[in-house]
Amino acid sequence: MHKTSDTTSIVVDGVHKTFRLHHTHSFKETVVAAFKRKKLTTEFRALDGVGFEVHQGESVALLGFNGSGKSTTLKMISGVLRPDSGRVLTRGRVAGLIEVGAGFHPDLSGRENIYLNAAILGMTKKETEARFDDIVAFSEIERFIDTEVKHYSSGMFLRLAFSVAIHTEVDILLIDEILSVGDEPFQRKCIARIRELHAAGKTLVVVSHDLDMVSRLCERGILLQDGKVRFDGPSGDAVALMRSGH
Amino acid sequence: MPAHASTAPLTPPGRTHGVLDVFQHRYLLALLVRKEVQIRYRGSLLGWLWSYVKPLVQFVVFFVAIGVFLGMNGRVEFFPVYLLAGTTIVTFFNEAFTNGTRSFLDNAALIKKIYLPREMFPIASMLVAAVNTLPQIVVIVAIALVIGWSPSMLSIGAILLALLIVALLATGLGLLFGSINVTFRDAQSFVEIITMCAVWASPVMYQWQMVAGAVPEWLFTLYRLNPLTVAVELFHIGIWAPLGPADVEPLPSLWTFAGIALGVAVVILLLGQLVFRRLEGRFAQDL
Repeated sequence: MHKTSDTTSIVVDGVHKTFRLHHTHSFKETVVAAFKRKKLTTEFRALDGVGFEVHQGESVALLGFNGSGKSTTLKMISGVLRPDSGRVLTRGRVAGLIEVGAGFHPDLSGRENIYLNAAILGMTKKETEARFDDIVAFSEIERFIDTEVKHYSSGMFLRLAFSVAIHTEVDILLIDEILSVGDEPFQRKCIARIRELHAAGKTLVVVSHDLDMVSRLCERGILLQDGKVRFDGPSGDAVALMRSGH
Repeated sequence: MPAHASTAPLTPPGRTHGVLDVFQHRYLLALLVRKEVQIRYRGSLLGWLWSYVKPLVQFVVFFVAIGVFLGMNGRVEFFPVYLLAGTTIVTFFNEAFTNGTRSFLDNAALIKKIYLPREMFPIASMLVAAVNTLPQIVVIVAIALVIGWSPSMLSIGAILLALLIVALLATGLGLLFGSINVTFRDAQSFVEIITMCAVWASPVMYQWQMVAGAVPEWLFTLYRLNPLTVAVELFHIGIWAPLGPADVEPLPSLWTFAGIALGVAVVILLLGQLVFRRLEGRFAQDL
Protein backbone atom coordinates (compact mmCIF):
# COMPACT_ATOMS: atom_id res chain seq x y z
CA MET A 1 0.00 0.00 0.00
CA HIS A 2 1.13 3.51 -0.71
CA LYS A 3 1.41 5.98 2.03
CA THR A 4 -0.49 9.03 0.95
CA SER A 5 -0.18 12.37 2.64
CA ASP A 6 -3.08 14.76 2.60
CA THR A 7 -1.49 16.86 -0.12
CA THR A 8 -1.48 13.97 -2.54
CA SER A 9 -3.54 14.89 -5.53
CA ILE A 10 -3.17 11.91 -7.85
CA VAL A 11 -2.14 8.34 -7.11
CA VAL A 12 -1.33 5.96 -9.92
CA ASP A 13 -0.34 2.66 -8.40
CA GLY A 14 0.84 -0.39 -10.35
CA VAL A 15 -1.56 0.24 -13.21
CA HIS A 16 -1.79 -2.31 -16.01
CA LYS A 17 -3.90 -1.87 -19.09
CA THR A 18 -4.08 -4.25 -22.01
CA PHE A 19 -6.03 -3.54 -25.15
CA ARG A 20 -7.32 -6.42 -27.17
CA LEU A 21 -7.13 -5.76 -30.87
CA HIS A 22 -9.73 -7.74 -32.77
CA HIS A 23 -8.70 -9.00 -36.17
CA THR A 24 -12.16 -10.10 -37.16
CA HIS A 25 -15.08 -7.75 -37.45
CA SER A 26 -18.00 -10.05 -38.03
CA PHE A 27 -19.28 -13.36 -36.84
CA LYS A 28 -18.51 -14.93 -40.22
CA GLU A 29 -14.92 -13.75 -40.18
CA THR A 30 -14.51 -15.07 -36.66
CA VAL A 31 -15.75 -18.53 -37.64
CA VAL A 32 -13.60 -18.64 -40.76
CA ALA A 33 -10.54 -17.47 -38.85
CA ALA A 34 -11.18 -20.03 -36.12
CA PHE A 35 -11.29 -22.80 -38.74
CA LYS A 36 -8.03 -21.61 -40.23
CA ARG A 37 -6.59 -21.43 -36.73
CA LYS A 38 -5.64 -17.84 -37.20
CA LYS A 39 -5.17 -15.60 -34.24
CA LEU A 40 -8.43 -13.83 -33.45
CA THR A 41 -6.98 -11.12 -31.28
CA THR A 42 -3.66 -9.58 -30.42
CA GLU A 43 -3.03 -8.15 -27.03
CA PHE A 44 -1.39 -4.81 -26.78
CA ARG A 45 0.01 -3.87 -23.42
CA ALA A 46 -0.47 -0.11 -23.14
CA LEU A 47 0.47 0.24 -19.49
CA ASP A 48 2.66 -2.25 -17.69
CA GLY A 49 2.80 -1.33 -14.05
CA VAL A 50 2.87 2.44 -14.14
CA GLY A 51 3.11 4.10 -10.76
CA PHE A 52 3.62 7.65 -9.53
CA GLU A 53 2.15 10.19 -7.20
CA VAL A 54 1.44 13.83 -7.81
CA HIS A 55 1.08 16.37 -5.05
CA GLN A 56 -1.26 19.30 -5.00
CA GLY A 57 0.04 22.24 -6.99
CA GLU A 58 2.61 20.25 -8.93
CA SER A 59 2.89 20.54 -12.68
CA VAL A 60 3.86 17.31 -14.33
CA ALA A 61 4.68 16.55 -17.95
CA LEU A 62 4.04 13.05 -19.22
CA LEU A 63 6.67 12.41 -21.86
CA GLY A 64 7.33 9.59 -24.25
CA PHE A 65 7.16 8.61 -27.88
CA ASN A 66 3.97 7.57 -29.64
CA GLY A 67 2.50 4.47 -28.08
CA SER A 68 4.39 4.82 -24.82
CA GLY A 69 1.16 5.12 -22.85
CA LYS A 70 0.94 8.85 -22.14
CA SER A 71 -2.60 9.41 -23.32
CA THR A 72 -3.78 6.14 -21.80
CA THR A 73 -2.40 7.27 -18.45
CA LEU A 74 -4.18 10.59 -18.80
CA LYS A 75 -7.45 8.82 -19.62
CA MET A 76 -7.03 6.69 -16.50
CA ILE A 77 -6.71 9.81 -14.38
CA SER A 78 -9.76 11.41 -15.97
CA GLY A 79 -11.82 8.25 -15.41
CA VAL A 80 -12.55 7.64 -19.08
CA LEU A 81 -10.63 4.35 -18.93
CA ARG A 82 -10.30 1.99 -16.00
CA PRO A 83 -7.18 0.03 -15.08
CA ASP A 84 -7.18 -3.76 -15.54
CA SER A 85 -5.24 -3.99 -12.31
CA GLY A 86 -3.71 -1.52 -9.93
CA ARG A 87 -5.49 1.60 -8.84
CA VAL A 88 -5.90 5.23 -9.70
CA LEU A 89 -7.07 7.76 -7.14
CA THR A 90 -7.69 11.48 -7.47
CA ARG A 91 -8.64 14.19 -5.03
CA GLY A 92 -11.11 16.91 -5.93
CA ARG A 93 -12.49 17.83 -9.30
CA VAL A 94 -10.72 16.63 -12.41
CA ALA A 95 -11.23 18.23 -15.80
CA GLY A 96 -9.54 17.30 -18.98
CA LEU A 97 -8.62 19.54 -21.83
CA ILE A 98 -8.58 16.33 -23.75
CA GLU A 99 -9.58 17.07 -27.29
CA VAL A 100 -11.13 20.47 -27.11
CA GLY A 101 -14.65 20.86 -28.39
CA ALA A 102 -15.82 17.26 -28.04
CA GLY A 103 -19.05 18.49 -26.49
CA PHE A 104 -19.78 21.26 -28.95
CA HIS A 105 -22.83 21.16 -31.15
CA PRO A 106 -22.61 23.00 -34.50
CA ASP A 107 -26.28 24.01 -34.52
CA LEU A 108 -26.13 25.82 -31.19
CA SER A 109 -24.88 29.36 -30.72
CA GLY A 110 -21.58 30.13 -29.05
CA ARG A 111 -23.44 31.17 -25.93
CA GLU A 112 -25.43 27.94 -25.71
CA ASN A 113 -22.32 25.90 -26.37
CA ILE A 114 -20.46 27.59 -23.53
CA TYR A 115 -23.16 26.56 -21.07
CA LEU A 116 -23.42 23.04 -22.46
CA ASN A 117 -19.69 22.41 -22.57
CA ALA A 118 -19.07 23.88 -19.14
CA ALA A 119 -21.74 21.55 -17.74
CA ILE A 120 -20.11 18.60 -19.48
CA LEU A 121 -16.85 19.57 -17.79
CA GLY A 122 -18.66 19.50 -14.46
CA MET A 123 -19.55 23.12 -13.82
CA THR A 124 -22.80 24.26 -12.27
CA LYS A 125 -25.00 26.93 -13.78
CA LYS A 126 -23.91 29.47 -11.18
CA GLU A 127 -20.22 28.85 -11.79
CA THR A 128 -20.70 29.20 -15.53
CA GLU A 129 -22.65 32.41 -15.16
CA ALA A 130 -19.94 33.85 -12.93
CA ARG A 131 -17.26 33.10 -15.50
CA PHE A 132 -19.24 33.68 -18.64
CA ASP A 133 -17.81 37.11 -19.40
CA ASP A 134 -14.26 35.95 -18.77
CA ILE A 135 -14.75 33.01 -21.09
CA VAL A 136 -16.07 35.21 -23.88
CA ALA A 137 -13.39 37.85 -23.36
CA PHE A 138 -10.63 35.25 -23.40
CA SER A 139 -11.89 33.72 -26.64
CA GLU A 140 -12.09 37.17 -28.30
CA ILE A 141 -15.28 36.36 -30.18
CA GLU A 142 -17.72 38.69 -28.43
CA ARG A 143 -19.29 39.76 -31.71
CA PHE A 144 -20.20 36.23 -32.74
CA ILE A 145 -21.30 34.83 -29.42
CA ASP A 146 -24.94 34.48 -30.55
CA THR A 147 -24.03 33.04 -33.93
CA GLU A 148 -24.30 29.31 -34.51
CA VAL A 149 -20.95 27.63 -34.04
CA LYS A 150 -21.11 26.01 -37.50
CA HIS A 151 -20.51 29.45 -39.00
CA TYR A 152 -17.31 29.94 -37.02
CA SER A 153 -13.89 29.63 -38.58
CA SER A 154 -11.89 26.72 -37.21
CA GLY A 155 -9.71 29.15 -35.27
CA MET A 156 -12.70 30.79 -33.61
CA PHE A 157 -14.13 27.42 -32.76
CA LEU A 158 -10.95 26.23 -31.10
CA ARG A 159 -10.51 29.48 -29.22
CA LEU A 160 -13.99 29.27 -27.77
CA ALA A 161 -13.68 25.60 -26.87
CA PHE A 162 -10.31 26.11 -25.25
CA SER A 163 -11.55 29.16 -23.41
CA VAL A 164 -14.39 27.19 -21.82
CA ALA A 165 -12.11 24.36 -20.80
CA ILE A 166 -9.50 26.58 -19.26
CA HIS A 167 -12.03 28.45 -17.15
CA THR A 168 -13.54 25.37 -15.52
CA GLU A 169 -13.45 25.18 -11.75
CA VAL A 170 -11.06 22.31 -11.07
CA ASP A 171 -8.41 20.99 -8.77
CA ILE A 172 -6.67 18.83 -11.33
CA LEU A 173 -6.32 19.94 -14.92
CA LEU A 174 -5.36 17.40 -17.58
CA ILE A 175 -4.02 18.81 -20.82
CA ASP A 176 -3.49 16.57 -23.84
CA GLU A 177 -1.85 17.99 -26.92
CA ILE A 178 -4.08 20.96 -27.27
CA LEU A 179 -1.57 23.72 -26.97
CA SER A 180 -1.14 23.50 -30.70
CA VAL A 181 -4.42 25.36 -31.17
CA GLY A 182 -4.78 28.85 -32.51
CA ASP A 183 -2.24 31.36 -33.69
CA GLU A 184 0.83 32.30 -31.75
CA PRO A 185 -0.58 35.22 -29.73
CA PHE A 186 -3.45 33.01 -28.62
CA GLN A 187 -1.09 30.19 -27.72
CA ARG A 188 0.93 32.54 -25.58
CA LYS A 189 -2.25 33.66 -23.88
CA CYS A 190 -3.20 30.03 -23.18
CA ILE A 191 0.15 29.26 -21.66
CA ALA A 192 -0.05 32.40 -19.54
CA ARG A 193 -3.47 31.28 -18.34
CA ILE A 194 -2.17 27.80 -17.51
CA ARG A 195 0.65 29.37 -15.51
CA GLU A 196 -1.95 31.42 -13.66
CA LEU A 197 -3.87 28.27 -12.75
CA HIS A 198 -0.65 26.68 -11.62
CA ALA A 199 0.17 29.69 -9.48
CA ALA A 200 -3.30 29.40 -7.94
CA GLY A 201 -2.38 25.95 -6.67
CA LYS A 202 -4.00 23.72 -9.30
CA THR A 203 -2.42 20.42 -10.17
CA LEU A 204 -1.46 20.12 -13.83
CA VAL A 205 -0.72 17.04 -15.90
CA VAL A 206 0.38 17.86 -19.44
CA VAL A 207 0.95 15.66 -22.47
CA SER A 208 2.57 17.29 -25.47
CA HIS A 209 5.11 16.65 -28.16
CA ASP A 210 6.35 20.21 -27.90
CA LEU A 211 9.21 19.33 -25.57
CA ASP A 212 10.56 22.86 -25.14
CA MET A 213 7.22 24.26 -24.19
CA VAL A 214 6.52 21.40 -21.82
CA SER A 215 9.83 21.66 -20.03
CA ARG A 216 9.23 25.37 -19.49
CA LEU A 217 5.69 24.83 -18.26
CA CYS A 218 6.28 21.88 -15.94
CA GLU A 219 8.89 21.39 -13.30
CA ARG A 220 8.54 17.62 -13.16
CA GLY A 221 8.73 15.20 -16.04
CA ILE A 222 7.72 11.55 -16.13
CA LEU A 223 9.15 9.68 -19.07
CA LEU A 224 7.15 6.65 -20.16
CA GLN A 225 8.54 3.93 -22.33
CA ASP A 226 6.68 0.80 -23.41
CA GLY A 227 4.08 1.32 -20.72
CA LYS A 228 6.57 1.70 -17.89
CA VAL A 229 7.99 4.68 -16.04
CA ARG A 230 11.54 5.08 -17.25
CA PHE A 231 12.41 8.32 -15.53
CA ASP A 232 10.73 10.57 -12.99
CA GLY A 233 12.39 13.84 -12.06
CA PRO A 234 13.08 17.38 -13.21
CA SER A 235 11.43 17.98 -16.58
CA GLY A 236 14.65 19.31 -18.16
CA ASP A 237 16.43 16.03 -17.39
CA ALA A 238 13.48 14.00 -18.67
CA VAL A 239 13.49 15.90 -21.95
CA ALA A 240 17.27 15.54 -22.27
CA LEU A 241 17.01 11.81 -21.67
CA MET A 242 14.24 11.49 -24.23
CA ARG A 243 16.22 13.50 -26.79
CA SER A 244 19.32 11.39 -26.24
CA GLY A 245 17.31 8.68 -27.93
CA HIS A 246 17.37 5.68 -25.68
CA MET B 1 -11.33 27.25 -3.93
CA PRO B 2 -8.09 25.35 -3.35
CA ALA B 3 -9.29 24.90 0.22
CA HIS B 4 -11.88 22.31 -0.72
CA ALA B 5 -9.31 20.35 -2.68
CA SER B 6 -7.35 19.27 0.37
CA THR B 7 -10.46 18.26 2.27
CA ALA B 8 -11.89 16.09 -0.48
CA PRO B 9 -11.04 12.41 -0.16
CA LEU B 10 -8.92 10.48 -2.62
CA THR B 11 -11.32 8.55 -4.79
CA PRO B 12 -11.10 6.45 -7.93
CA PRO B 13 -12.18 8.65 -10.86
CA GLY B 14 -15.08 7.67 -13.05
CA ARG B 15 -17.22 5.74 -10.57
CA THR B 16 -20.89 6.44 -10.19
CA HIS B 17 -23.73 5.38 -7.98
CA GLY B 18 -25.75 4.37 -10.99
CA VAL B 19 -28.87 5.94 -12.37
CA LEU B 20 -29.39 7.98 -9.20
CA ASP B 21 -26.14 9.83 -9.85
CA VAL B 22 -27.70 11.28 -12.96
CA PHE B 23 -30.15 13.22 -10.85
CA GLN B 24 -27.26 14.87 -9.03
CA HIS B 25 -26.28 16.11 -12.47
CA ARG B 26 -29.76 17.46 -13.18
CA TYR B 27 -28.38 20.63 -14.66
CA LEU B 28 -26.28 18.82 -17.25
CA LEU B 29 -29.16 16.44 -17.97
CA ALA B 30 -31.48 19.41 -18.51
CA LEU B 31 -28.98 21.00 -20.91
CA LEU B 32 -28.53 17.78 -22.87
CA VAL B 33 -32.28 17.39 -23.24
CA ARG B 34 -32.73 21.04 -24.13
CA LYS B 35 -30.02 20.76 -26.78
CA GLU B 36 -31.84 17.92 -28.52
CA VAL B 37 -35.16 19.69 -28.25
CA GLN B 38 -33.72 22.95 -29.57
CA ILE B 39 -32.00 21.47 -32.58
CA ARG B 40 -34.97 19.38 -33.63
CA TYR B 41 -36.63 22.14 -35.59
CA ARG B 42 -33.64 24.40 -36.15
CA GLY B 43 -33.91 26.14 -39.48
CA SER B 44 -37.60 25.40 -39.97
CA LEU B 45 -40.18 28.17 -40.24
CA LEU B 46 -43.02 26.47 -38.41
CA GLY B 47 -40.76 24.90 -35.78
CA TRP B 48 -42.64 23.06 -33.07
CA LEU B 49 -45.93 23.56 -34.90
CA TRP B 50 -44.90 20.48 -36.89
CA SER B 51 -45.20 18.41 -33.76
CA TYR B 52 -48.89 19.32 -33.61
CA VAL B 53 -49.52 19.02 -37.32
CA LYS B 54 -48.17 15.48 -37.53
CA PRO B 55 -50.60 13.83 -35.09
CA LEU B 56 -53.49 15.85 -36.55
CA VAL B 57 -52.75 14.53 -40.02
CA GLN B 58 -52.31 11.07 -38.55
CA PHE B 59 -55.78 11.40 -37.03
CA VAL B 60 -57.32 12.31 -40.37
CA VAL B 61 -55.52 9.44 -42.12
CA PHE B 62 -56.66 6.96 -39.47
CA PHE B 63 -60.21 8.25 -39.69
CA VAL B 64 -60.43 8.00 -43.46
CA ALA B 65 -58.26 4.99 -44.30
CA ILE B 66 -58.84 2.66 -41.38
CA GLY B 67 -62.09 4.07 -40.06
CA VAL B 68 -64.03 4.53 -43.29
CA PHE B 69 -62.29 2.33 -45.87
CA LEU B 70 -61.57 -0.62 -43.58
CA GLY B 71 -64.85 -0.04 -41.77
CA MET B 72 -63.43 0.14 -38.24
CA ASN B 73 -65.51 3.23 -37.42
CA GLY B 74 -68.55 0.99 -37.49
CA ARG B 75 -67.04 -1.70 -35.26
CA VAL B 76 -65.36 0.43 -32.59
CA GLU B 77 -66.85 3.73 -31.54
CA PHE B 78 -64.48 6.72 -31.73
CA PHE B 79 -61.97 4.44 -33.41
CA PRO B 80 -59.54 7.18 -34.54
CA VAL B 81 -59.21 8.35 -30.92
CA TYR B 82 -58.71 4.76 -29.82
CA LEU B 83 -56.01 4.28 -32.43
CA LEU B 84 -54.26 7.59 -31.84
CA ALA B 85 -54.17 7.01 -28.07
CA GLY B 86 -52.45 3.66 -28.51
CA THR B 87 -50.12 4.96 -31.20
CA THR B 88 -49.01 7.85 -29.00
CA ILE B 89 -47.83 5.72 -26.10
CA VAL B 90 -46.22 3.09 -28.34
CA THR B 91 -44.41 5.81 -30.29
CA PHE B 92 -43.08 7.19 -27.02
CA PHE B 93 -41.76 3.74 -26.14
CA ASN B 94 -40.23 3.12 -29.55
CA GLU B 95 -38.52 6.47 -29.76
CA ALA B 96 -37.11 6.32 -26.24
CA PHE B 97 -35.96 2.71 -26.69
CA THR B 98 -34.42 3.14 -30.15
CA ASN B 99 -32.60 6.37 -29.32
CA GLY B 100 -31.55 5.03 -25.92
CA THR B 101 -29.99 2.01 -27.60
CA ARG B 102 -28.02 4.26 -29.93
CA SER B 103 -27.23 6.90 -27.32
CA PHE B 104 -23.77 5.65 -26.36
CA LEU B 105 -22.71 5.36 -29.99
CA ASP B 106 -24.13 8.79 -30.80
CA ASN B 107 -22.12 10.30 -27.98
CA ALA B 108 -18.95 8.32 -28.64
CA ALA B 109 -16.86 11.48 -29.05
CA LEU B 110 -17.75 12.58 -25.55
CA ILE B 111 -17.51 9.18 -23.91
CA LYS B 112 -14.00 8.65 -25.25
CA LYS B 113 -12.71 12.03 -24.14
CA ILE B 114 -14.41 13.19 -21.00
CA TYR B 115 -15.80 11.35 -18.05
CA LEU B 116 -19.39 12.02 -17.09
CA PRO B 117 -22.02 9.63 -15.74
CA ARG B 118 -22.88 7.81 -18.93
CA GLU B 119 -26.25 6.62 -17.70
CA MET B 120 -27.10 10.18 -18.57
CA PHE B 121 -27.40 9.39 -22.28
CA PRO B 122 -30.23 6.82 -22.36
CA ILE B 123 -32.07 8.84 -19.72
CA ALA B 124 -31.70 11.98 -21.82
CA SER B 125 -33.00 10.02 -24.86
CA MET B 126 -36.04 8.98 -22.86
CA LEU B 127 -36.71 12.55 -21.72
CA VAL B 128 -36.33 13.88 -25.24
CA ALA B 129 -38.85 11.27 -26.43
CA ALA B 130 -41.16 12.36 -23.62
CA VAL B 131 -40.90 16.00 -24.70
CA ASN B 132 -41.67 14.95 -28.26
CA THR B 133 -44.70 12.98 -27.05
CA LEU B 134 -46.25 15.92 -25.22
CA PRO B 135 -47.62 17.69 -28.34
CA GLN B 136 -49.19 14.39 -29.43
CA ILE B 137 -50.94 14.08 -26.08
CA VAL B 138 -52.07 17.70 -26.34
CA VAL B 139 -53.54 17.04 -29.80
CA ILE B 140 -55.34 13.88 -28.79
CA VAL B 141 -56.73 15.48 -25.63
CA ALA B 142 -57.89 18.47 -27.69
CA ILE B 143 -59.67 16.16 -30.14
CA ALA B 144 -61.20 14.22 -27.26
CA LEU B 145 -62.39 17.45 -25.64
CA VAL B 146 -64.11 18.47 -28.86
CA ILE B 147 -65.86 15.10 -29.04
CA GLY B 148 -66.93 15.38 -25.39
CA TRP B 149 -64.16 14.09 -23.13
CA SER B 150 -64.83 14.60 -19.44
CA PRO B 151 -61.84 13.28 -17.57
CA SER B 152 -61.98 11.96 -14.03
CA MET B 153 -59.10 11.66 -11.59
CA LEU B 154 -58.97 8.00 -12.57
CA SER B 155 -58.44 8.74 -16.25
CA ILE B 156 -55.69 11.27 -15.54
CA GLY B 157 -54.06 8.83 -13.14
CA ALA B 158 -54.23 6.08 -15.78
CA ILE B 159 -52.48 8.30 -18.34
CA LEU B 160 -49.72 9.25 -15.89
CA LEU B 161 -49.23 5.64 -14.78
CA ALA B 162 -48.90 4.52 -18.40
CA LEU B 163 -46.29 7.22 -19.05
CA LEU B 164 -44.37 6.20 -15.92
CA ILE B 165 -44.35 2.51 -16.87
CA VAL B 166 -43.12 3.26 -20.39
CA ALA B 167 -40.51 5.78 -19.16
CA LEU B 168 -38.97 3.27 -16.73
CA LEU B 169 -39.21 0.38 -19.16
CA ALA B 170 -37.67 2.27 -22.08
CA THR B 171 -34.86 3.66 -19.93
CA GLY B 172 -34.03 0.20 -18.61
CA LEU B 173 -34.11 -1.38 -22.06
CA GLY B 174 -32.11 1.53 -23.48
CA LEU B 175 -29.40 1.02 -20.85
CA LEU B 176 -29.40 -2.73 -21.43
CA PHE B 177 -29.30 -2.79 -25.22
CA GLY B 178 -27.28 0.41 -25.46
CA SER B 179 -24.49 -1.16 -23.39
CA ILE B 180 -24.49 -4.28 -25.53
CA ASN B 181 -24.65 -2.18 -28.69
CA VAL B 182 -21.27 -0.61 -27.91
CA THR B 183 -19.55 -3.92 -28.61
CA PHE B 184 -22.12 -5.73 -30.72
CA ARG B 185 -24.02 -3.54 -33.15
CA ASP B 186 -26.44 -6.44 -33.55
CA ALA B 187 -28.35 -4.98 -30.62
CA GLN B 188 -29.48 -2.09 -32.79
CA SER B 189 -30.98 -4.38 -35.43
CA PHE B 190 -32.59 -6.54 -32.79
CA VAL B 191 -34.19 -3.49 -31.21
CA GLU B 192 -35.57 -2.45 -34.60
CA ILE B 193 -37.42 -5.76 -34.76
CA ILE B 194 -38.74 -5.39 -31.22
CA THR B 195 -40.08 -1.91 -31.91
CA MET B 196 -41.63 -3.08 -35.16
CA CYS B 197 -43.51 -5.79 -33.25
CA ALA B 198 -44.37 -3.52 -30.32
CA VAL B 199 -47.30 -1.91 -32.06
CA TRP B 200 -48.81 -5.31 -32.96
CA ALA B 201 -48.11 -7.01 -29.62
CA SER B 202 -50.38 -4.57 -27.83
CA PRO B 203 -54.00 -3.57 -28.52
CA VAL B 204 -53.30 -0.54 -30.68
CA MET B 205 -54.86 -1.49 -34.02
CA TYR B 206 -57.36 -3.95 -32.56
CA GLN B 207 -59.19 -4.57 -29.28
CA TRP B 208 -58.03 -6.97 -26.58
CA GLN B 209 -61.27 -8.96 -26.94
CA MET B 210 -60.07 -10.15 -30.34
CA VAL B 211 -56.97 -11.64 -28.69
CA ALA B 212 -58.93 -13.15 -25.81
CA GLY B 213 -61.26 -14.80 -28.31
CA ALA B 214 -58.47 -16.22 -30.45
CA VAL B 215 -55.85 -17.59 -28.07
CA PRO B 216 -55.84 -19.99 -25.09
CA GLU B 217 -56.13 -18.57 -21.58
CA TRP B 218 -52.41 -18.89 -20.71
CA LEU B 219 -51.38 -17.02 -23.83
CA PHE B 220 -53.83 -14.24 -23.02
CA THR B 221 -52.26 -13.98 -19.55
CA LEU B 222 -48.85 -13.71 -21.20
CA TYR B 223 -50.29 -11.05 -23.47
CA ARG B 224 -51.40 -9.06 -20.47
CA LEU B 225 -48.00 -9.45 -18.82
CA ASN B 226 -46.55 -7.34 -21.63
CA PRO B 227 -46.10 -3.93 -19.97
CA LEU B 228 -46.91 -2.23 -23.28
CA THR B 229 -50.31 -3.92 -23.45
CA VAL B 230 -51.08 -2.48 -20.03
CA ALA B 231 -49.76 0.98 -20.94
CA VAL B 232 -51.88 1.08 -24.10
CA GLU B 233 -54.98 -0.04 -22.18
CA LEU B 234 -54.32 2.60 -19.52
CA PHE B 235 -54.23 5.20 -22.28
CA HIS B 236 -57.54 3.86 -23.58
CA ILE B 237 -59.00 4.08 -20.08
CA GLY B 238 -57.71 7.62 -19.78
CA ILE B 239 -58.65 9.07 -23.15
CA TRP B 240 -60.95 6.84 -25.13
CA ALA B 241 -63.21 5.23 -22.49
CA PRO B 242 -64.42 8.56 -20.96
CA LEU B 243 -65.93 9.41 -24.38
CA GLY B 244 -68.52 6.77 -23.55
CA PRO B 245 -68.20 4.28 -26.41
CA ALA B 246 -70.68 1.41 -26.31
CA ASP B 247 -69.57 -1.99 -24.94
CA VAL B 248 -66.38 -0.58 -23.42
CA GLU B 249 -64.83 -3.14 -21.17
CA PRO B 250 -61.47 -2.69 -19.45
CA LEU B 251 -58.83 -5.37 -19.83
CA PRO B 252 -59.56 -8.13 -17.25
CA SER B 253 -57.68 -7.42 -13.97
CA LEU B 254 -56.18 -4.30 -15.56
CA TRP B 255 -54.99 -2.80 -12.28
CA THR B 256 -53.31 -6.01 -11.11
CA PHE B 257 -51.46 -6.21 -14.39
CA ALA B 258 -50.65 -2.50 -14.16
CA GLY B 259 -48.93 -3.19 -10.82
CA ILE B 260 -47.06 -6.10 -12.40
CA ALA B 261 -46.06 -3.94 -15.37
CA LEU B 262 -44.65 -1.29 -13.05
CA GLY B 263 -42.72 -4.03 -11.22
CA VAL B 264 -41.41 -5.48 -14.49
CA ALA B 265 -40.30 -2.01 -15.62
CA VAL B 266 -38.38 -1.48 -12.38
CA VAL B 267 -36.75 -4.91 -12.62
CA ILE B 268 -35.70 -4.21 -16.22
CA LEU B 269 -34.26 -0.87 -15.16
CA LEU B 270 -32.22 -2.62 -12.45
CA LEU B 271 -31.12 -5.28 -14.94
CA GLY B 272 -30.11 -2.57 -17.41
CA GLN B 273 -28.11 -0.86 -14.69
CA LEU B 274 -26.39 -4.13 -13.81
CA VAL B 275 -25.42 -4.94 -17.39
CA PHE B 276 -24.36 -1.34 -17.96
CA ARG B 277 -22.10 -1.50 -14.94
CA ARG B 278 -20.48 -4.71 -16.13
CA LEU B 279 -19.79 -3.33 -19.61
CA GLU B 280 -19.15 0.36 -18.92
CA GLY B 281 -15.42 -0.12 -18.32
CA ARG B 282 -15.00 -1.13 -21.96
CA PHE B 283 -16.97 1.73 -23.50
CA ALA B 284 -14.05 4.07 -24.10
CA GLN B 285 -12.02 1.41 -25.89
CA ASP B 286 -14.81 -0.32 -27.83
CA LEU B 287 -16.54 2.73 -29.23
